[in-house]
Amino acid sequence: MTFEPIDRVASVPPSGIRKFFELAEEYDDIISLGVGEPDFAPPWAARDAAIASLERGQTSYTANRGMRELREQIAVDARERYGLDYDADEEILVTSGASEAVDLAFRAFLDHGDSVAIAQPCYVSYVPGARFTGAEVVDVPTRAADEFKLTREVLESSGAADAEVLVMCYPNNPTGATMTREELEPVAEFAREHDLLVFSDEIYSELSYEHDHASIATLPGMRERTVVFNGFSKAYAMTGLRLGYALAPPEATEAMNRIHQYTMLSAPTTAQYAAVEALDTCDDDVREMRAQYDRRRNFVLSRFEEMGIDCFPAAGAFYAFPECPWDDSDEFAEALLEEERVAVVPGDVFGAGGEGHLRVSYATSLSDLKTAMARIESFIS
Amino acid sequence: MSDREEILALLRENARYSTEDLARQTDLSESEVEAAVEALESEGVIKGYQAVVDWDKVEPERVRAAVELNVTLDRETGYDDIAERLAKFPEVQGLRLVSGDYDFAMEVEGDSMSQVSRFISEKVAPVPEITQTVTHYIMESYKERGVEFGDGHDDDRLSISP
Ligand SMILES: Cc1ncc(COP(=O)(O)O)c(C=O)c1O
Repeated sequence: MTFEPIDRVASVPPSGIRKFFELAEEYDDIISLGVGEPDFAPPWAARDAAIASLERGQTSYTANRGMRELREQIAVDARERYGLDYDADEEILVTSGASEAVDLAFRAFLDHGDSVAIAQPCYVSYVPGARFTGAEVVDVPTRAADEFKLTREVLESSGAADAEVLVMCYPNNPTGATMTREELEPVAEFAREHDLLVFSDEIYSELSYEHDHASIATLPGMRERTVVFNGFSKAYAMTGLRLGYALAPPEATEAMNRIHQYTMLSAPTTAQYAAVEALDTCDDDVREMRAQYDRRRNFVLSRFEEMGIDCFPAAGAFYAFPECPWDDSDEFAEALLEEERVAVVPGDVFGAGGEGHLRVSYATSLSDLKTAMARIESFIS
Repeated sequence: MSDREEILALLRENARYSTEDLARQTDLSESEVEAAVEALESEGVIKGYQAVVDWDKVEPERVRAAVELNVTLDRETGYDDIAERLAKFPEVQGLRLVSGDYDFAMEVEGDSMSQVSRFISEKVAPVPEITQTVTHYIMESYKERGVEFGDGHDDDRLSISP
């Protein structure tokens, strides 16, 4: 007897992020623009609420779908911020990070041989997560020329029409691209015409700098075919507390909960207490973090422009996605790390359409950004 | 946020940002930043720029005190008159009219405890309108003007993450 992973596990390569992480770990004096999580701590009020809940010993399991109070607050928050109208009892599932919610949706709605269209470049988990279910992945590469927005044209040319599910994420990791309501309309139309389910990862919804975030689920005929993922990792800087949620029609929530109730029981209780407080009282903290990211975004984009590096005006999340000055972005990122001790992530790690670009995270202090940008400038000149 | 508010927020965060770095972080050009800062200064919105210093690291003997003052007003003398008089003393680093049990919250700095006590008893207490002073010596500073004095936390995030 040996531990021989099944094909669909064995065939998924280790993450390119991991490889680069190992390279970066060899140096202890790097400035990293390779970090995919906030550099802030969660708002103190949220941390304090978590501590208080521990002091009271509130550490039992919660309802499978999450604490009722939290679901009610999520319902209010989603309605007020984005016009997403979901019922706290039947249409909201609190999960261990948005990651779990994405995985549940994949497992609940993708079968062997199904086909899933994934808009790329994208967060590194979607393609492996889909493959683990035995589904076939259809790459939908967005283009720099479209500022990495998803267009009807690329959906058509990539063969997404034959898929069962479309996976998309705006504001986007790694590109920082966002989509307005008008820009989402053709995507929604395509999904309706070809009867696609849409899995929309909106975890960066609070980090949209040029326009209000628009959710595809609010477009006509979309609510019934969309699962929206969101969470507390980015807006409230609560990454390690592992808390996210899915918004979906009752039958979809029920199916995801069928898996969740057996595999997870419930999302972390301490984190749920923190989240209740975060939604209740931490709007100002979110506003302040967003203002800080926006200033850094302006700074980074200005610096790339001064260096003559092509970079579309990324309007969301905390990433810029400039064109790589060299043909080979892997080679560039490795040389930059070795010679200038600045870490960025080569774009090809994030799938189709990412090659020839670099992901530059500005979830880092302005003084570090300043130094890193100066080093990049001296490196390319 | 208006451009002015944006610049104020940035300068409050770090008053040493260069014009260039202010422009890069906002939608403004360098000359617009310069004009806005000049206007804020000349209108008296920006009163000055100062370092936030942890004096314990440089002059551990230096003494600071928070002083509560109660005053009585008469027909000729208002709060402003008293404040103006007190504010002239170089020992007085901060002076605010406050609501509650006392009238003024005053921050005093001196080279030693005896110097500060002498200042209070010889210069402040004799002011005719002042009826009572309560002096609290500051034992330890943890946060000044929004800046925490602890060593801070290292960035313990993974250097590269998805
Ligand atoms: C697009 C995207 N979705 C999901 C996640 C994971 O979020 P969570 O921490 O809620 O699992 C990330 C984290 O980097 C992300 O960038």
